[in-house]
Amino acid sequence: MPAKIEVKQVSKIFGTRGGKVLETLGKQFDKQEVMQQTGHVVGVHDASFSVNAGEIFVIIGLSGSGKSTLIRCLNLLHRPTAGSVEIDGENICDYNRDQLRELRRKKVAMVFQNFALLPHKNVIDNVAFGLRVRGENRQDSRKKALEMIEMVGLAGYENEPIQSLSGGMKQRVGLARALANDPEILLMDEAFSALDPIVRRDMQYELLNLQQKLQKTIVFITHDIQEAFKIGDRVAIMKDSKIVQVGTPEEILTTPANEYVERFITGVDKTQVLSVRSIMHLPGCLVQLRDGPKLALQEMRLNGVSSAFVMDQALRFKGIVNLQDTLQAIKDKQPLESILVHDVIEVEPATTVSDLVPLAQKSPYPIAVTENGRLLGIVTKSAILGSIA
Amino acid sequence: MDGLIKFPENWSLDIATPIDAGIKTISSQFAGFFDGVNAFISFFLNLAQDILFLIPWWALVLIIMVGGYLAIRRIGSAISYGAMVVIIGLFGYWDLMVYTLSIVFVSVVFALVIGLPYGILMAENKKVEHFSLVILDAMQTMPSWVYLIPAVSFFGLGRVPAVFATLIYALPPVVRLTSHAVLHVDQETLEAAKAFGTTKMQALIQVKLPQAAPTILTGVNQTTMMAVAMVVTSSMIGAKGLGTEVLIAINRLEVGRGFEAGLSIVFIAIVMDRLTQGLAKSLPYNQTRKA
Repeated sequence: MPAKIEVKQVSKIFGTRGGKVLETLGKQFDKQEVMQQTGHVVGVHDASFSVNAGEIFVIIGLSGSGKSTLIRCLNLLHRPTAGSVEIDGENICDYNRDQLRELRRKKVAMVFQNFALLPHKNVIDNVAFGLRVRGENRQDSRKKALEMIEMVGLAGYENEPIQSLSGGMKQRVGLARALANDPEILLMDEAFSALDPIVRRDMQYELLNLQQKLQKTIVFITHDIQEAFKIGDRVAIMKDSKIVQVGTPEEILTTPANEYVERFITGVDKTQVLSVRSIMHLPGCLVQLRDGPKLALQEMRLNGVSSAFVMDQALRFKGIVNLQDTLQAIKDKQPLESILVHDVIEVEPATTVSDLVPLAQKSPYPIAVTENGRLLGIVTKSAILGSIA
Repeated sequence: MDGLIKFPENWSLDIATPIDAGIKTISSQFAGFFDGVNAFISFFLNLAQDILFLIPWWALVLIIMVGGYLAIRRIGSAISYGAMVVIIGLFGYWDLMVYTLSIVFVSVVFALVIGLPYGILMAENKKVEHFSLVILDAMQTMPSWVYLIPAVSFFGLGRVPAVFATLIYALPPVVRLTSHAVLHVDQETLEAAKAFGTTKMQALIQVKLPQAAPTILTGVNQTTMMAVAMVVTSSMIGAKGLGTEVLIAINRLEVGRGFEAGLSIVFIAIVMDRLTQGLAKSLPYNQTRKA
């Protein structure tokens, strides 16, 4: 499936001779220096990424890193100095004025940090704004607006003036206004950054909830790494006008591209993001069910551990045998089957580490990671502790 | 030697003569045009006067009180505005007040008809802005009396040149404030409007003007006050009104008469100011109202 949005080597230099200044920029440059020498501000430099349909793509960076400029290149509120932005395979930089207006009216809607609502209109007229702009009649747009207001949980507030609303409610109006146009793409510029933490969490939850139903393609800007990892399917990290890394939250956590990304992600509660897959390892001590207790004992000795994982011939996980039972079984000439401990905790590889912690406390053995019955690896308590540290 | 220190006497730039000649040519060449304009303005002046005389005095007082109440929301203030107009009547200046008011009204209406669209044009077009700012500066710093001279050359003596001079004098505030207000609406809402695919016209009418309205109305208020001030000055070129009384009082050194006429002008100014200010405050979303 082709990407919904394809951004190719987009640069945005603010100033009258942006193109010339761009040519002089090498791979490495100092924004401050460029500013002093040329009077031009480098907004975005050589950004490339693609966003899949139905995905939440988060762009994160500190203020001044160019993320707001970049998102404005996606609906040409800022026209890129170089590069192309393709939506559904069409380069929107080549659009004429009418095509661009059509794109903004039908396909791409935007939610703003400070809500950007019209203070002289009430809730319903704000929500209906985009519909009215594109020429839909008053009755139809109000009806659609009312549905949207209900969807974002503001039913009953439709005739309130904007100033009477709290920040969270205002942003719900902003979201409803954007959704009313039924766009395929939703651009959210620091949409939750102006909200207080509790309201913010609610809105994040609400957005994920709505996204389940609506399946829009969302590009979301934030400076909060927790927020990015919480709602993003994939995340792009920006620094000094450039994209440093693009990846799933887990990829970024496990293999940060450089020291900057590493510093950026310190302080993140990794257990919320990390899955068992990334901290599991293959057990050193593996035996098959048909092997006898003597072989199991030898394996334990070799690995210096006191238990062995047992699989059948199809590599299905069967259970654990411990040292004491194995010695007893050798003495009694019993097969491994008879001493198998079955109450080993099994989890799927996608389980997050935070969900694993309470389970690990209950079991004396390492946790087995299985997929369709097959043993993929084990997670020891020390591995869990290691991932939290 | 002298020329190095003192400004050389034989250097001279004479633009007075060509301007005089120009004005003379214009007023003779375009006499027909000015007669037309004269008739046009006179029509509106008479209309305003007729309407003001048609309203019974007590009804006018009542209208001012109700308007004052709607603007300020204080009964005391509303009554005092009514009282001011009654006092002007008691001074024996009712008719003169109507003459003055009709000149003010006509000048302000013309100023708005020209000034509002021009202010918007200035905000939307950088080139027009640069060029207009210079002219506006000149219009505002030029002593107001100077406007009386060409006004008389073009229109003779009377009310019409008074309207012309008042118009020029009162125009800059509404142009400036309209342009300023439209330029300085919240950039994020403007961006939002753009992001939803508004045309330039839609953005102007649905986003810029409603948000600019409070500041624009301040401009209307300023323009009105300037017009009231200029109407007094323009009595010098024969525009009958309260200013005429002041002028007579000065010539005859009649302090009491001057004071009565002066006070009447102050009252008119206060009433006009409060009523037009109230317009701005009556907007439901005006932030200043909270204070």
